[in-house]
Amino acid sequence: MNITEKIIARASERNTVSPGDVVFANVDKLMIHDVSGPGVIKVFEEWAKRGIELEKVWNPDKVWISEDHFVPSADRISAENITKLTEWAKKFEIKKHFKYGLGQYGICHTLSHEEALVLPGEFYVGGDSHTNTTGALGALAVGLGHTDIAYAMMHGRIWLKVPETMLFRLIGNKPSHIMAKDIILKIISDIGTDGANYKAMEFAGDAVREMSMEERLTLTNMTTEAGAKNGIIEPDAVTDKYIRQRSANPYKPIVGDDSPYLEEYTYEIEKLEPIVAKPFSPQNGAAARELQGVEVNKAYIGSCTGAKLEDLRSAAQILKGKKVKIRTEVLPAAQSIYIKAMKEGLIDIFMEAGAVVGPPTCGACCGAHMGILAKDEICVSTTNRNFPGRMGHIESQTYLASPLVVAASALKGKITDPRDVIK
Amino acid sequence: MTLKGTVHKYGKDNIDTDVILPGPYLKIHDHSELSKHAMEGIDPNFSKKVSKGDFLLSGNNFGCGSSREHAPIALSHCGISAVIAPSFARIFYRNCVDGGYLLPLEVEKSTLEQISDKDSLEIDIEKNEIHDISNGKKFSILPFPPLIKKIIDCGGLMYYKE
Repeated sequence: MNITEKIIARASERNTVSPGDVVFANVDKLMIHDVSGPGVIKVFEEWAKRGIELEKVWNPDKVWISEDHFVPSADRISAENITKLTEWAKKFEIKKHFKYGLGQYGICHTLSHEEALVLPGEFYVGGDSHTNTTGALGALAVGLGHTDIAYAMMHGRIWLKVPETMLFRLIGNKPSHIMAKDIILKIISDIGTDGANYKAMEFAGDAVREMSMEERLTLTNMTTEAGAKNGIIEPDAVTDKYIRQRSANPYKPIVGDDSPYLEEYTYEIEKLEPIVAKPFSPQNGAAARELQGVEVNKAYIGSCTGAKLEDLRSAAQILKGKKVKIRTEVLPAAQSIYIKAMKEGLIDIFMEAGAVVGPPTCGACCGAHMGILAKDEICVSTTNRNFPGRMGHIESQTYLASPLVVAASALKGKITDPRDVIK
Repeated sequence: MTLKGTVHKYGKDNIDTDVILPGPYLKIHDHSELSKHAMEGIDPNFSKKVSKGDFLLSGNNFGCGSSREHAPIALSHCGISAVIAPSFARIFYRNCVDGGYLLPLEVEKSTLEQISDKDSLEIDIEKNEIHDISNGKKFSILPFPPLIKKIIDCGGLMYYKE
């Protein structure tokens, strides 16, 4: 069995599982946020009308709550969602509730790794589609909707069909102008937004082993955009060091046997170009150089995909001592990342370049707030989706790219290959 | 069980949940309020067109993108009883079934081409068959896998006994 199959076998208390098996698996960790949280509360309200009451959460210590989509509250409804969620969390004794304005908080997926809330070998379910992100820690991390999360909260289990696994072997030395974002955009362009539907996407190879944890997280984050059930990377010394910097909790790493994959793809990283996904799909990739000169109105550096500390460092490297030519926003993905960026002088660089530096939140990524696009506005962004109307008006456009490309484009007001601005 | 209704065809592939229920409405959880915004990203008049028991017909990978359960809730509450498509994204499919909101029915790609917008359909769930009354043609539906069938038959995951 490979790593995904082994984790499912352990979680479902079986000796072995095969692709196609349908099992109920025990959940090790569970996450809800300020959209799925109220959604789950609504599900429990509907169940209660039909005589099914939630007496208690199966294990409140295995649950955490993040406030990230509509915070700080921009309107009355959002404010009421937060107070309702807070009361509910208290009632059901969920202690790990990361509240905005009260210390550490941020985007749910960013917290999952920044706080090492999920450990290698665990089965983790999140009420958000980018839960796949956390698979970079060597966990089985699966996104679910409100009903499934409600079921898991009540029973500590959820059904899962064992997926086939596609292997992506990344080899060679990563050039300095290439980031994990370019690699995953290339992969999605090759296989399509349903290329990994219902499957696991596993990343391996020396280029993965050389990558920092934050870069690995970018890879697994965007497996959601290929339709994958989960994205995963076997844990190693890099994983252990990252976890140990954040948590003393013990864990039992799981790695796969030498078992065959459904399909294998090999990418020679040295041969890649910076890639940009054109409107209106993450699979619509083209080389940044091919799109050179496409005018953009806004640059957005944010989200669980593209505002981790190394993402901010990459952008700052380009913007240092310069001024942006178009409206630019930087929203660090978590409070702890914001603080680290501040101590490294990165926030100064962004502010002096003229950018807005905003609070940790999902922000404009899902068209919530913090810089929604108007009709005909064109944005280049470190986020993960550019479907019609994703970041604002149905006739706005978003180009997805790495932090290096977005920062370079902010300097020029056009899509720009970072090699053209790096000295 | 036989379902009868009019089909509303949006034949594009990859209709994602941002289109089905746009981001700004995610703060809403009231089902009837959400239903007013169903498919607003592609057709702001959708909720006014649909009658109770109608069907939605679409292309590959319907419901891709965000996990928002608001999407099947909005469709279901403006009257859609089933979505017919060659393939569905996984979280959307699970939400439909486990939440008991509507039936996700998988068909051949060629079926999509032979049913027109506003056709009258009769769908026999037990026989896995679609009868297009408007053009007389019949099409088969991929049978539900065993666990999915059990969850559908009991009305949703909350009623399901492991």
